[in-house]
Amino acid sequence: MLLVVEHFWTWYRRNWRATAVSSVLQPLLFLLAFGVGFGSLVAGTGSAAAATGGVDYIVWLAPALLAVSTVQSAAFESTYPVLSGFKWQRTYFAMTAGPISPAQVALGHLLWVACKMAGAGAIYIGVIAVFGGVAGPGIVVSLLVAVLTGAAVAAMVTAFSATVENEGAAFNALFRFVVIPMTLFSGTFFPVDRLPGWVQPVALISPLWHGTELARSAALGAVSQPLAALGHLAYLSALLVLGVALATRLFARRLAQ
Amino acid sequence: MSGLAASVLFVADGLVQARGLRKRFGDFEAVRGVDVDVARGEVFGFLGPNGAGKSSTMRMIACVSPRSEGALQVLGMDPDVDGPRIRARIGVVPQLDNLDTELTVRQNLQIYGRYFGLSRAHVRAKATELLEFAQLTERADDPVEPLSGGMKRRLTIARALVNEPELLLLDEPTTGLDPQARHLLWERLYRLKREGVTQIITTHYMDEAEQLCDRLVVMDGGVIVAEGSPAELIERYSTREVLELRFDPALRPAPDALARLAERVEELPDRLLLYTADGEHTHAEVARAGFVPLSALVRRSSLEDVFLRLTGRTLVD
Amino acid sequence: MTAQVPAPPAPPALLRLLPAGSYAGRSRALLLRSATASRRAWLAFVSGFFEPVFYLVAMGQGLGSLVGVLPGPDGAPISYAAFIAPGLLAASAMNGAVFDSTFNVFFKLKYGRLYEAMLSTPLGPVDIALGEIGWALIRGGLYALGFLSVMAGFGLLVSPWALLALPAALVVAFAFAAVGMAATSYMRSWQDFDLVTLAILPMFLFSTTFYPLSVYPRWLQLVVEFLPLFHAVELMRGLTTGAVHLGMVGHLAYFLVMIVVGVTVASRRLDVLLLR
Ligand SMILES: Nc1ncnc2c1ncn2[C@@H]1O[C@H](COP(=O)(O)OP(=O)(O)OP(=O)(O)O)[C@@H](O)[C@H]1O
Ligand SMILES: [Mg+2]
Repeated sequence: MLLVVEHFWTWYRRNWRATAVSSVLQPLLFLLAFGVGFGSLVAGTGSAAAATGGVDYIVWLAPALLAVSTVQSAAFESTYPVLSGFKWQRTYFAMTAGPISPAQVALGHLLWVACKMAGAGAIYIGVIAVFGGVAGPGIVVSLLVAVLTGAAVAAMVTAFSATVENEGAAFNALFRFVVIPMTLFSGTFFPVDRLPGWVQPVALISPLWHGTELARSAALGAVSQPLAALGHLAYLSALLVLGVALATRLFARRLAQ
Repeated sequence: MSGLAASVLFVADGLVQARGLRKRFGDFEAVRGVDVDVARGEVFGFLGPNGAGKSSTMRMIACVSPRSEGALQVLGMDPDVDGPRIRARIGVVPQLDNLDTELTVRQNLQIYGRYFGLSRAHVRAKATELLEFAQLTERADDPVEPLSGGMKRRLTIARALVNEPELLLLDEPTTGLDPQARHLLWERLYRLKREGVTQIITTHYMDEAEQLCDRLVVMDGGVIVAEGSPAELIERYSTREVLELRFDPALRPAPDALARLAERVEELPDRLLLYTADGEHTHAEVARAGFVPLSALVRRSSLEDVFLRLTGRTLVD
Repeated sequence: MTAQVPAPPAPPALLRLLPAGSYAGRSRALLLRSATASRRAWLAFVSGFFEPVFYLVAMGQGLGSLVGVLPGPDGAPISYAAFIAPGLLAASAMNGAVFDSTFNVFFKLKYGRLYEAMLSTPLGPVDIALGEIGWALIRGGLYALGFLSVMAGFGLLVSPWALLALPAALVVAFAFAAVGMAATSYMRSWQDFDLVTLAILPMFLFSTTFYPLSVYPRWLQLVVEFLPLFHAVELMRGLTTGAVHLGMVGHLAYFLVMIVVGVTVASRRLDVLLLR
């Protein structure tokens, strides 16, 4: 399995720019636009303080952005690259021709995505700190939570990608109808209760909402409801297990062809 | 005097006329001064090995590649000035299929027709007719991607006919087709010739050139090395028959040892070719001289032999 | 059945500046092709409409609850949703046009060999450039129409001037499509598309889409005022809120320059790339 990770690392060393843009620069730009720009617009207003529980908007936003960017790059890394492994470059077939099993390929892919998310997240935390978005050491726990959330999403998306046969038109729909709404409606930029009532249930099934809630309370050092935190954790873990089970099974089926 | 009259006639009726045609890609010159005249109604062939410059020449004639030097007239017009007008009246089958993979088989024909400004009703009827011609009626509403190589080729050829061209350019039309599909295509091309469609064909296949072409040129390294009808070329550059001998590598005689038995001897990696007027007679002489080939074959001379003579290489490597 | 291939018409005066034989006046055939092809990919086509709507619902409601009201272009207070909606309209015109004219065109240039087939018909590089840009426009126009309807549904269109937001969106889309296509003609590999993201995303975030120019220090304001999307947002915001003034002609001029430069460069580059 580590062999699989190594393969990806070799590839990555030649193509780091794309991921640098998507996994570090992109959240940084969002942080500047919303944390700093929008934050200065609402600084000192009562309605903003009421929403964030009194902390600065940027401090409130930063851990959520960490979770969002992790989930986004997890989703992306598990679409076209996976399809390419099956279809265009067919690297997965080459791997399983040797001593590596399909399940190991799937797990290796997920492990690789997780490593990358952890690395990008760590860099990103350093950047947030520069802009004054870090409240305390709890942010390290936020990173772990973000990676867990990302891994759960990556596992589900990887399983989905293993079933895609065409040129990836389905991914377009996945991003537009699942990933983007998820980033907008999971309480990243504002608390979910500010949304119209009919949208709120969407947040409950969104893994990103659970991840955001956890990451944020860890970063702010305020786990006010331990039971709720356990619930979030359980949901994410269950999703991860389900995703891994599906992904390994679907990899085995497709690579047997 | 009569030669002059003939060339004047050519000018009057020439569909394609090139003088000193050259094509450069950066420092590399792919076509180095080619003269060609193609008359209305004839089937003209470009024969040559990989990289000879056949496709480059074809693309210049098709007005999709500006010439680097020389004079070129297609349908009496200059491609640099009247590209769209010329292209409206010719049909092009490129070496590699470039079908529209986002469209179905039928849509490929219809939309391509619309590029020529043909009316919707016209292309609809024409597409049905061409699907029949290409034997693709059953696959009409399928996407293009899963078609077999031969089917795609037939569709590309059908597509080139959608504007009922006066001049059809076919760049290796039968490469990748099985023998049956090739013969079918030859028959279709022959039908078009009878209808008066002028054709320019490039090919690696000698039998194809001999079957289809009224006249051809042999290209090598960007220049024309010979020109004429297939029969003329064979007569000029080869003998009537060829004796092919295969030897055990250990016992293989040097070509010089056989030289006095034939007009000319060519050495190929796996066999020796003896050019002679009477193959059976030469075979007997070889045996009498004490050589023992593993196998011997007498056949008629072909364009392949012409090519070997002209370039010292086989055509398909 | 006899052929009735019409000779291509002589090009209009303006286009005679371009290399001879590069324009047959048949870009419409490309539109037909794109429309036919998109029937099979209708989901991707439709999905483009939803993204700005999601943003409007989420940001307008959610972020709006933190902001309350903002001063509009003419100083009169407007709701946060009414503030960002024209920004999102401009941004979606930009995004759609850029996506169509970069990713899609690059794919066709590099792998599809589709343009090669088109060029062996009377069509020339200018037909292709105009046809592809035209399709991006039609698509952008439909999305803009959809988004304007949603805005109307939320009661965010308060002025009759808003009717002009649709043609304005088309001008914006045309400008971005033309420049996007010109840029695409210089790209060598997929990796260069990071640069597209790198240009588009900051513009989307910082061109006063989500908050007024006044939050920036003066030097940053000058930078932002230079960005094309800023002019698009100003134009849209003026029209949808009814704060129309003569200075908006300046924004239009900005886009006309983009269009002229983009189309000229794209056609010439396609000529070089395709006619080898
Ligand atoms: N676009 C191009 N850029 C650079 N070199 C080119 C280009 N097209 C062709 N060439 C070169 O020109 C030479 C002639 O190519 P061309 O395709 O005309 O040969 P051909 O006779 O058609 O060969 P084949 O039988 O392999 O199709 C080759 O050496 C080729 O590498
Ligand atoms: Mg060729």
